[in-house]
Amino acid sequence: MAESIPAREAIGSSESHYTPNAGVSIMKVLVTVKEVAAVSDDFAIEGTAVAPADLEYGLNEWDDYAIEAAAQLAESGIAEEVVAVTIGPERAEETIRTALAKGADRAVRVWDDAFETGFADVNAKATVLEAVVADEEPDLILGGVQAADTGFGATGVALAERVGFEHAAVVNDLEIDSGAGVAHVHRELEGGIEELTDVDLPAVLTVQTGLNEPRYASLRGIRQAQQKEIAARELADLGLAAADVESDLTIASMSEPECESDAELIEGDAAAAASRLAEVLRETGVVA
Amino acid sequence: VTEDALVVAEHRRGELRDVSYEAITAGRELADARGGDCHVAVIAGDVDAFAEDLNREGVDAIHVVPNGEEFDHTVYQAAVRQLAERIDAGSVVIPNSVNGLDYAPALAEDLGVPIATDAIGVAYDDGLSVTREMYGSKVETTVDVTGDRFVVTVRGGEWPPAEGVGDAAVETAEVDLPEPGARVTGFEEVGGGDVDIADADVLVSVGRGIGEEENLELVEALADALGATLSASRPIVDNGWLPKNRQVGQSGKVVTPDVYIAVGISGAVQHVAGMKGADTIVAINTDPNAPIFDIADYGIVGDLFDVVPALTAEFE
Repeated sequence: MAESIPAREAIGSSESHYTPNAGVSIMKVLVTVKEVAAVSDDFAIEGTAVAPADLEYGLNEWDDYAIEAAAQLAESGIAEEVVAVTIGPERAEETIRTALAKGADRAVRVWDDAFETGFADVNAKATVLEAVVADEEPDLILGGVQAADTGFGATGVALAERVGFEHAAVVNDLEIDSGAGVAHVHRELEGGIEELTDVDLPAVLTVQTGLNEPRYASLRGIRQAQQKEIAARELADLGLAAADVESDLTIASMSEPECESDAELIEGDAAAAASRLAEVLRETGVVA
Repeated sequence: VTEDALVVAEHRRGELRDVSYEAITAGRELADARGGDCHVAVIAGDVDAFAEDLNREGVDAIHVVPNGEEFDHTVYQAAVRQLAERIDAGSVVIPNSVNGLDYAPALAEDLGVPIATDAIGVAYDDGLSVTREMYGSKVETTVDVTGDRFVVTVRGGEWPPAEGVGDAAVETAEVDLPEPGARVTGFEEVGGGDVDIADADVLVSVGRGIGEEENLELVEALADALGATLSASRPIVDNGWLPKNRQVGQSGKVVTPDVYIAVGISGAVQHVAGMKGADTIVAINTDPNAPIFDIADYGIVGDLFDVVPALTAEFE
């Protein structure tokens, strides 16, 4: 067994600890990254979409943990290359630069006119990522459990099936034994139970928030990211056609959920509201 | 036949999970809408006891696969694929749980059918329409699915559980099972420790709105003044600001205190699953559209940095 090298101090998390094996087997890691949209507090729906002006874009929170895990693998000498891949329009380059600033070595951005018109389903995304995996031949694929906007939580596991990799969903603890070719993971089940599982590499792991402490991009990292490659690919570059990514899912309607609130809203300034709330709490009889 | 629905039950550590019965209700809805039968599959060690529990009204057939006590995604995928193909079930219904999402997407690929996850409603007319949320519950969508075969995963707590006693035929399914791919080596209960938030009568619970770790003093002071216990939503625990045993929600603890005061918590569905059973729910949040107000009994739309100290002062 190789000695365990602790993750670098600045990270300070005990959650992730990797066991590199003196260069026996150095891995290539692919991190799937998505630029996600969040709606502003007040937003309008136009047809089957939120008004473009009311959407704010950023890096998917779950993917940030996947990037951090990959960066730690690189720093501990287990990963020799970390490649970030995204399916997204040109706008997404800003987000993928964040992944580069945090430690990915280069990036692949796939986009095509075929995606402009609709909503890419799990199948379409798995098709694109399968082609990228065939090009890149990674040993480990890390991605977030789900995307904050669409929330399907399915692409990683579907991709594993496509490329014939093992997988584990909802990983919140990760230790790689690259010599043995195994990932020792915890899967976060419901109700505070974790399943301890060994997964043979190559594998796809979907990463839960809390796995580690994602770093902030350093100024140096941001500067370096400007020099790193973001390869733009269209479907044809990957040997695919528009028909290969046709979606079986379409958004037929979109609405704001009906407000089901029957809460008594307590009005007034902070002091007045607090005073009324104190009254309410005393009426319950459990606080004095 | 294609009109049939196949529901896959979920269990853990020897017990069927509630979402299994809810998934049966969803499967029955789809079977009714398409004029087919509702089948239930259970893959487990003690399949006979589970089959008896799953034999609820509306279930036409139960297929048992005796194989291991615990979940294994390779086994589930292979067994359900073979069953779905044999029955020719057009609708495959799976709980949208951590384990469900560990095999349903691979199963859909394997079957060559589309998948729609995290459904909160289903309808079948000319094809499947799924109601699901986007943008962290801020938006509700109807998603149409092409074709007459699909996998759909259903969110827990959205359908009533199937009840009563059914007269389903129970049969042992003949399926070829592969070697497990991932190997489960054990389970760990996390979140033990000095405090059990599930025992508290009054919880002051803090979320992302608190902003910085040092601001936790504010809610600690309120909890002290009220004689309450401090708990938190997921981001606070992810950041390492409070230990895991303080986390309320799907992956933390389910709590049912007399009073639950949510401070700066937006009320994501995973959080609400852990606290909706509280007698009195109070929410303090700046965003009037935060879903936490949907389940609150009392709400203050305001800045927690003003309201919390004022409330603390009331009890000092």
